Formats: sequence, structure tokens, C-alpha cells
Amino acid sequence: MLSLIHARRTILQCEIINAFSLDVVRMSNSTDLGYKDVHLAICRYDLAGTLGWQDVKQRYRRSKLGPFWLTISMGVMIGALGLVFGGIFNTPMREFLPFLAIGIILWVYISTVINEGCTAFISSDAIIKQLPLPLFLHVMRVIWRNAVILAHNVVIIPVLFLVFLKPLELVAFLAIPGLLLSTLTLAWVALLAGVLCTRYRDLTQIVASVLQIAFYLTPIIWMPGLLSGRRSFFFLEMNPFYHLIEVVRAPLLGSAPTLTNWVVSAALALVGWIITLWVHGKYKNRISYWL
Amino acid sequence: MALIDFQGVCVDFPVYNASGRSLKKRLMLVATGGQLNEDATGVVVIRALDNITFKIGDGERVALLGHNGAGKTTLLRVLSSVYAPTSGSGLIQGKLGSLIDISLGIDPEASGLENIYIRGRLLGMSAAEIKNKAPQIVEYSELGDFIEMPVRTYSTGMHMRLAFTISTTLRPEILLMDEWLSVGDEGFKHKAEARMKEMVQSTSILVVATHSRELAMNTCTRALWLEHGKIKMDGSSKEVCDAYFGPVAS
Repeated sequence: MLSLIHARRTILQCEIINAFSLDVVRMSNSTDLGYKDVHLAICRYDLAGTLGWQDVKQRYRRSKLGPFWLTISMGVMIGALGLVFGGIFNTPMREFLPFLAIGIILWVYISTVINEGCTAFISSDAIIKQLPLPLFLHVMRVIWRNAVILAHNVVIIPVLFLVFLKPLELVAFLAIPGLLLSTLTLAWVALLAGVLCTRYRDLTQIVASVLQIAFYLTPIIWMPGLLSGRRSFFFLEMNPFYHLIEVVRAPLLGSAPTLTNWVVSAALALVGWIITLWVHGKYKNRISYWL
Repeated sequence: MALIDFQGVCVDFPVYNASGRSLKKRLMLVATGGQLNEDATGVVVIRALDNITFKIGDGERVALLGHNGAGKTTLLRVLSSVYAPTSGSGLIQGKLGSLIDISLGIDPEASGLENIYIRGRLLGMSAAEIKNKAPQIVEYSELGDFIEMPVRTYSTGMHMRLAFTISTTLRPEILLMDEWLSVGDEGFKHKAEARMKEMVQSTSILVVATHSRELAMNTCTRALWLEHGKIKMDGSSKEVCDAYFGPVAS
């Protein structure tokens, strides 16, 4: 009951803030936790949605197939990589191709959100310098845009399952909370990257390079079963990307993620958000100055 | 009740990519922009606003006067709470609206109607509100069937008419402007003029940056003269205009 009341109150607060968000503004250079900014941004999720949709539409405005071009190019890439690496690793296609497809689709989502998170504020500088919108909104726009693209790419997975007559088990539903948990982590990474990259522009390039290396170090085009002992510990257990992908991929492939996967993913989200809110609160007033 | 209350507001811009620091130092002697300084770590800092203190109450129409780089646009941005003051504090009470960049957020590939939605959302209108007002906006902007066409096919005048109509749909309590808006051909101009006047009349506070004596004298009741980021003079628009533009030769 108490939680219900609390939930109601939060909704009400949201409405009030929405309607009168600009009614009283106190300005000073004092810092607070970034919580308020994030809260205000979430209250205006519809604006982030509109802008994110607009980005997707804009990219494919004059093409017939629109965003499904992404699906097609993704499908072709998965097919090509599957043929080459399935051959190299000598893994049966029925096992390898769904593994590869889910991994790559998730990786594209994860890496694009982080890469575009780096430039979330820089590319919205015109809006930031004109309208006092909550800053996290620009990060939400990046996430939404990529979630829409992810939804287009996901179409490939059921097709592959059909082609190989691979059954989708009940445990597959665990992929939904898994994806939400991963996205929660991605959101703080993108926000933190956005704040830091706006100040230090070189960081964008560094992040891109790190992500490129992470792609090869993470079991996406190679299967985790190929590693054993100490190597498996370093490349799997110590690799945050592995856990973020595994909480979604494992259930889709028919096995529940391990407890380690869940714990690491949840811890990443929690600790990351605490640090990010602190950093964001400290520097959010400076972001418009850095643009 | 709308109110703007600034107490000792300073705005310092760090310039991280200033490599020619000595050159910049020399520029300090040339007095166009704000004051250039270096902070403790050697980063060049431009003081765009220096210890600005003023209070604007209900019903006041304030003109911001000053040469280029005097800090007018920066002050408008602080007022729209885009920049938080580096030191000092400000209080703004009342729903804020800005007509500074009316084309912001307009996507040339999207149709006029879609742009009404995007721009309306950016300005803080709800989807239902926009849906209500869209027919009026379409009618007022006189775009007719062009409203279904992508904005990139519009002439500059049509583009401005659309942007103007959407932005002037709102009725904020505090209105910020950078020069008076004047759009469209002869016929539309008169309509737009009337709409602007009506919008200004319905707001409690108007702050407009301008170089026009006429605007400062006729529309405004008060004027702030900014120079090098400081308030050089604050008074009735007549007093300040006489000091800034020189007395009128009658």
C-alpha cells in the first residue's frame, strides 16, 4: 500500500513538473546530484521519443524500404560472418548462426548507444544553447533512436530460428528483463560518456577504439566454450560486455543466464548510476559552456 | 506574478582551444568583446557578464542595448536558463518563452505539419494541445496545401512564416527576443506585426535585445545598457536611449 501511494505521488510530481517545469527557476553555480535532471528528462520521455523517431525517419526519408535497409545489411553481414567464422571454428551452422546473429545485433545496439552517447550533447548543441531542456533527455533520444533500430534488426532472429527449426523456449522471456537491465547500464555509460566527451573531445575517438577492441575480446563472433581456465576468467568473467550481452542472449538460446551474469549486470547498473549521477550533478551546469 | 531577480551574476567562458594565448592577451587591449583573463590553470577565460544585478517585475518591457559582444545574447541565454551563472544567483519566476531562434528544430525533410508537431513538442506543448492548435497554425501561416510538402521545398519566406506562426502560438509570461521579428511579404508582415504586438501585450515581462532606438523607445519602458559585460546604465528607456544613441535632434 505504501509503495502504491509512493508511486502515485511520483506520477503526480511528474505531472506537476511537466506542466510548470519552467515556472520558478533558481540559478546559481551550486551543484546538486544529477538526479533532478534525470527525473525531469524522464518526465518528458515523449519529447525524447519524438526526437528519436525523427532521427530514424530523417535518415531514411526518401528510401522505399526505410529502416529495413538496416535489417537487410545486418542480415547480409551475419550471413557472411557466419559462413566464414562458422567454417573456421568448425561449428555447426544451426548452433553458430543464431548465436552470432543475437550477439552482433546486441553489440551494434550497445556500441552505437555508447558511441553516439559521446556526441549526445555535442550534436544537440543548437537545442542545448536555446532551450533549457533537461540534459539527460538528449541521451534518452540517443537510446530511443537505437532501440527503434534494434527493433528492426530483431526481425532477423525469429527468421533464423524458423530456418533452422530451432524451438524458442519459455526461458526466452527472461531476455526482456535482461535487455532492460542492459539498457539501464547503457544509459549511464552514455550519459557519463556524453558529459566527459563534451569537455574532452579526444575521448570520443578513444571510446570508439576501445569499443572496437572490445568487439573482438567479447564472445560475439567466437563462442565462449572455446576458452577454458584462466583465459576464460579474463575474457568472460572480467568482461562487462560479456555479462551485458549474456543476460539477453542466453535466454534466447535456451538457457537461463548464470547468477554471475545477473549479479554483475545489476551491480554495474547500480554502481554506475551512483557515480554518474554524482559526476552529472557536478558538471551539468558546465555542459552548455563547453559546447 | 512574473519576476526576474539577478544578484551579482557573472558568466565566464573557458576557451579550451585557444592556442595563441599571447595573441589573445593582446586582444585584451582591443575592446570589442568581454574581458579576457586566465584562470589558475592557464585556461583563457572570457568574462561575458560581470556582476549583473537587476530586478524586473510584472509589466516591465526591457530593452537590452549595447554594442556587439557587449553580452546581450549571453544575458538572454542566462535568462532562458541555458547558462547557469558562474557566480552570483538568479531567480526567474514565470513561464518562459523565447523567440530567439524560431527555426530551431525544424527538419527540412519533414512536412510542414510534422514540423508543427516537432517544434510544438520542443516548445513544451502536449500532443493534444498541438493537435488542437494545428489547424489554426496551418490557416494562419497561409501555406495551404504546401503544409503536406517537405519544408525543404518551401521558399525562405514560407519557411519563416511557418516557424513564426508555431513559435507565436504560445503565450508565455516572460518573453525573450533578439530583435523584433518581422517575416513574410507585405501582406503577411502586417498580420505578423499585429500578432507580435498581441503576444507582447499578453506577456508580463518582455526582454528584447535590440539595436533599434525606435523599438526601445516605443515598445519598452526600461532599458539596460550593457558594455563589456557590465551594466553601464539602467533606467527608463528614454534616459538610456538618449545616453546611448545620443539625444534626438528635434
